[in-house]
Amino acid sequence: MELYGERVTVIKKLLSGNEAIARGAYEAGVRAATAYPGTPSTEILENIAQYDEIYSEWAPNEKVAVEVAQGACFAGARSLVAMKHVGVNVAADPLFSLSYTGVNGGFIVVSADDPGMHSSQNEQDNRYYAKFMKMVLLEPSDSQEAKDFVLAGLEISEQFDIPVFLRTTTRIAHSKGLVTLGERAAAPMRPYEKNMAKYVVVPANARRLRLSLEQRLHKLARFAETFPGNRIEGSGKEFAVITSGISYQYTKEALGEKATILKLGMTFPLPENLIKNFIARFERVYVIEEGEPYLEEQIKAMGLRVVGKELLPRIGEMSTAVIKQVLLQEEAVLTEPLPEMPARPPVLCPGCPHRGVFYVINKLGAVVTTDIGCYTLGALPPLNSGETSICMGSSIGNAMGMSKMLPDKKIVATIGDSTFLHSGVTGLMDVVYNRGILTLVILDNAITGMTGHQHHPGTGFTVKNQPTNKIDLEAVVRACGVKKVWTVNAYNLTEVEAALTEAVHSGEPAVVITRQPCVLIEKNKKRLPYSIDKNCKYCKMCLRLGCPAIENKADAVVINPALCNGCGVCGQICKFQAIGKEAQS
Amino acid sequence: MNHAAANVLIVGVGGQGTLLASKILGLAAQLSGLDVKQSEVHGMAQRGGSVVTYVRFAAKVYSPLVEKGQADMILAFEKLEALRWANYLKIGGTLIVNEQEILPMPVITGEAKYPGQIFEKLARQDIRVIPVQAVRLAGEIGELRATNVILLGVAARLLGFKQEVWQQAIEEAVPAKALPVNLGAFTRGWNLQAV
Repeated sequence: MELYGERVTVIKKLLSGNEAIARGAYEAGVRAATAYPGTPSTEILENIAQYDEIYSEWAPNEKVAVEVAQGACFAGARSLVAMKHVGVNVAADPLFSLSYTGVNGGFIVVSADDPGMHSSQNEQDNRYYAKFMKMVLLEPSDSQEAKDFVLAGLEISEQFDIPVFLRTTTRIAHSKGLVTLGERAAAPMRPYEKNMAKYVVVPANARRLRLSLEQRLHKLARFAETFPGNRIEGSGKEFAVITSGISYQYTKEALGEKATILKLGMTFPLPENLIKNFIARFERVYVIEEGEPYLEEQIKAMGLRVVGKELLPRIGEMSTAVIKQVLLQEEAVLTEPLPEMPARPPVLCPGCPHRGVFYVINKLGAVVTTDIGCYTLGALPPLNSGETSICMGSSIGNAMGMSKMLPDKKIVATIGDSTFLHSGVTGLMDVVYNRGILTLVILDNAITGMTGHQHHPGTGFTVKNQPTNKIDLEAVVRACGVKKVWTVNAYNLTEVEAALTEAVHSGEPAVVITRQPCVLIEKNKKRLPYSIDKNCKYCKMCLRLGCPAIENKADAVVINPALCNGCGVCGQICKFQAIGKEAQS
Repeated sequence: MNHAAANVLIVGVGGQGTLLASKILGLAAQLSGLDVKQSEVHGMAQRGGSVVTYVRFAAKVYSPLVEKGQADMILAFEKLEALRWANYLKIGGTLIVNEQEILPMPVITGEAKYPGQIFEKLARQDIRVIPVQAVRLAGEIGELRATNVILLGVAARLLGFKQEVWQQAIEEAVPAKALPVNLGAFTRGWNLQAV
């Protein structure tokens, strides 16, 4: 490539969408980045944190993450905040007002949606949020665009004084593609000036900002007509398609040269003339979009005719196969069918410190609410512990409502350390304030587990692995006014049971913190595996733990030494002392 | 197999090292001058669940996913997972199967049975099956964690990129201190007589 008369080597790297967004933040001169971990968004901040030039932090939750990035943006820095789709629910409050105030340094919020619910509780289509919040909506269709749209988005944000909503999905976030790398732009701090009419959204100011927001959106709608990310591709005669995001790739794959495609990269505000003129050229135009009929509804509201969800599914993920089936009536040619086989659901790891705690909780005869994290897997067989799980922090409020309406039942809420700090602590305040009678178990494994080991305010380390202040869970619980508090070793079932039994009979708010680091971060401290000896009566009690290392071999139970992490929980529940540590060989 | 374009699935159980194998394969395709896309699973499924990564390479790749009936090759790290994903193969496709059994929770608790005679079930005219005792081979070189790269070595021989390209991809994908073990494991798979 020739650039300013010098030979420049084009560097291409195989990056996931998340890695590409991180790279885009670096190249665009972003100075502040924040997030709370959540699949499929987590690797964005993990990768940004590797750049010394960018202040990065794990915030306790998504709302705080937005507010910090917002503060950095008001201060004049280019800022980015990332979260999974349901994180936007938590962060919605400051985001709605940010469209009113506008920005100083450019601002991007990344929402990583999860159609198909690979790792989520719902498949909400957050494109509606961008429209609802009145932000610019960009939908990349691969890693290269993910990076390009961060750069373009920050320019748009500053040019039009508006936040930008970059919406990805699992297949963008976690698919890799080749990306051309560039250098970091200078992007100096914009000067900060006290400007209360802009940054203080009291009604008098907000009414003025409301008017200016519509004017800004009006200008943006004109800009959308010529934005290069909105483009017409191909000259196929058989199909005319309007599409965005990952659905563009499936459309190209399925229809190839047969289609003319209007590919939309900016999907709020929409380029109305571009769409009108495109549709006018064809007899029939399909809208191919994953999830809800977001584009279709708006295009139909323009008074235009398109075909969309009456043919194509709104549930689950879009795919090449679905498009081929619906538009081409083409079925895949398959090899001979195979017999049904057992499912392989995710499980708590061998040695997971949550397992023994659930086993003890099951003995209490209590109604158990649970929360969002690895420990949600405790609700699966054989432990079956956890009767409600709704959203981050919900276990405590759910337990509170149950305790008030089911006064004769023992109520136990279970929550992880990271989730407790995210949004459990406010629920606990309610329990104390309104005199709930319930037991809260904080499963403290000293990390954010499910998303792959991210630090949080209780671990003592920052996202850059630097030591920092550590929030003391027990002190927080006591400061909330809880008088009955126990901290126990999660692997010591006698301790756990003693504390829990006393807690559920205490008649007041009680908290049991069960402590033991996640077995996956302790892996290098390999403990000796356990084994089962001839005292085994094949009572199968140990199988009730649901440990993947304990296998039922038809006439005997055996511990797989390659999987056993030596936590010793099974040894404590065996009535025949048949399980012990293997002698060192 | 067409060396300039292929759809590959790498399937197994969370924690078996499928991600590293797909990373090396993706790099090898890129180093051979091809367009590449690969898709991975993170989060909940990694906790001992059934996992799949897709790798596609060609002059130009659009979708990052491989659909049923489209795969030229499946590299299965576990026998039951080989059976589960086998219908992603196209007619005439190749299935490389690690002869390892990892019991899923419904089998451990006795709710379901681990299917017997998996190779008999897979023995049919419309696909090619290559069994590999990768765990035994990894034991022979004294590094059980290199099972994934041994399997990749077997697949690599069929995928056709030059051996030095694979070597370069492995050098880029693994940390320096793990390089000798991984290169050794790869060569062990590459040289397997079975292929």
